[in-house]
Amino acid sequence: MHTTDSKPLVRALYDDDDVVLGAVKELRAQGVAVKEVYSPFPIHGLDKAMGLKDTRIAMAAFMYGLLGLTTIVTITYFQMIVDWPMNIGGKPNATWGWNMPAFVPVLFELTVFFTAHLMVWTFFVLNGLYPGRAPQNPDPRTTDDKFMIEVEDGNHVVDLLKKTGAIEITHA
Amino acid sequence: MFVLPRNVKFLAYALVLAGAVGLAIGFTQDPVAEAGHDAHGTAAVADHHNDHAAVADAHGDHAVDAHADTAGAHAEEVPADTAVHAAGAPTDHHGPSESHEAVAAHGDAHTAHGDAEMHDAHHVDQSGNRPWSALLVNSIFFLSLGIGATFFLAIQYVAQVGWSAGLTRVFEAVSLWVIVPLLVILVIAIAGLNHVHGIWHWMHEGIMDVNSPNYDEIIAGKSGYLNGPFFIARLVAYIVIWFGGAYLLRKNSLAEDALPKGQNLWKKQRSLSAVFLVLYAVTSSTSAWDIIMSIDAHWYSTLFGWYTFAGMFVTSIVALNLIVIYLRLGGHLPWINANHQHDLGKFMFAFSIFWTYLWFSQYMLIWYANIPEEVTYYMARFGEYKPYLITMVVLNFLVPFLLLVSRDAKRILGFISLASFFVLVGHWMDHYIMIMPGSVGMGYGFGAAEIGGFLFFSGLFILVVGRNLGAAPLKQHNHPMLKESELFHQ
Repeated sequence: MHTTDSKPLVRALYDDDDVVLGAVKELRAQGVAVKEVYSPFPIHGLDKAMGLKDTRIAMAAFMYGLLGLTTIVTITYFQMIVDWPMNIGGKPNATWGWNMPAFVPVLFELTVFFTAHLMVWTFFVLNGLYPGRAPQNPDPRTTDDKFMIEVEDGNHVVDLLKKTGAIEITHA
Repeated sequence: MFVLPRNVKFLAYALVLAGAVGLAIGFTQDPVAEAGHDAHGTAAVADHHNDHAAVADAHGDHAVDAHADTAGAHAEEVPADTAVHAAGAPTDHHGPSESHEAVAAHGDAHTAHGDAEMHDAHHVDQSGNRPWSALLVNSIFFLSLGIGATFFLAIQYVAQVGWSAGLTRVFEAVSLWVIVPLLVILVIAIAGLNHVHGIWHWMHEGIMDVNSPNYDEIIAGKSGYLNGPFFIARLVAYIVIWFGGAYLLRKNSLAEDALPKGQNLWKKQRSLSAVFLVLYAVTSSTSAWDIIMSIDAHWYSTLFGWYTFAGMFVTSIVALNLIVIYLRLGGHLPWINANHQHDLGKFMFAFSIFWTYLWFSQYMLIWYANIPEEVTYYMARFGEYKPYLITMVVLNFLVPFLLLVSRDAKRILGFISLASFFVLVGHWMDHYIMIMPGSVGMGYGFGAAEIGGFLFFSGLFILVVGRNLGAAPLKQHNHPMLKESELFHQ
């Protein structure tokens, strides 16, 4: 397994999520660079402990919502007002504004549709999750009941990892 | 122990005094003279005449020969774009005297026309309703703060919520307030049944008496539910159930403090809350029909109870947010941090959208179907009250949505306070628009009675809630989820 980092990596295996969380905090407090943590399930508070940047997907979601809203406003305006006005339920469709209440359900639906779908695709792209991609997981046991911390090698790193409760340490 | 600071107490007394003076002015003012001075009264009618002169002319023919038609047939005859005006036209374009004749001539024609004429017929009487309506608007607005908090407190126990355990004393303090507006509403109701005012259409003299000139067949048909004794009995039931729930939850909470460390009454509280919620599920709807929807007694909406409830709940959450912010800034709640505030902010955000959803659901179905007996409700609200209605929806939906949509904004006190202010104004206006068109019609305004009523209740609210907050420690000693609340983070 090679990475773009030139520094060699040390991988430590743990068998408890609380121990992993404590280990990450301890390692970072000691100045060790934690590159990655592998876990079979999300560990509450791990992102903060690892010092990960806040996600910006919320802002993206808002923009996708605006895009969806704009799209459906354009569609309803073109179809229902410009191209083929229809008299439905005696509602005059001379202007988009007058008919707006009738469009609100579809305005909502398309806004949500764009937000949800584009968020999922954004997530996949950012994380490189696409069919045929080579697995990035260094140890299949971390998909079952083990946890792994990946750190940069350095002085006393192995001792420190042992102290924090690692049950197996390998050099990559 | 929390003590209401002297300057706040002074402010509260000043508010009560100023409010009482305002109410006194509102109640003693000559309603007819006031209506004459009112910019919204006659001027608005004149405007309408100019705007819709063509429609009014077109409608003239119908008014002469088609009054006895059924509403449906009438609506079909009129071109689609004027159907809306046709249904509401009598209210807008005919003078009271003409309407009286029309009522006499078509007494049995309880179509949309009949409906509109009936409203118009007592338009003159309605100006006397103004101070009472103002009092009712403010009573209901402040009732929502109390009953919403009681509901929220009960939810915390039933859903076994942990994060809010450090805030229950604040919820309790606000929930006990519920009795004050309830008693004022009871007084307004008794005054209405004794014909002191005519806010509630179905309480008018002789309206259910076949031999009376005031007889209204539709309202008489509802006499099984809308009658004096049953109405008062229901109001008393609300007082017993709502204040009873708040009182018992508080009583157990105080009793729990006296228990030895480690013992609690949580299970008892949970059962009590569950019973309260079942009763509140029913009474929240019926109270909305009774106190608010029966003002427009011809009209009904099956969504109305939920719509009112959603508005009341979000108003209460907003007030709780502000009170918690105040207490936090004063250093009274050191165990509450941005995480708890975030959750309260989420409730405000979510239920603002929930309210909008219900408001719009009610509006859109009526707008689309365009059935005369239903659209009458929105005629005035999209006529004379349109600027307030639009402002109200913007304040209650767009403002909290855009201000609080981001995660960070819900953790910043400034953002929450700003959104809270706008939502409070918005829901006051919502209650105003629910009540005023049916009770005072076009003789509405924002005068001594409206402002005075608001000041009076806000002063009382500060005094009562401040006293309740000070009556017990702000942290429960034995609540089993207290530790979870203190460690809560997200």
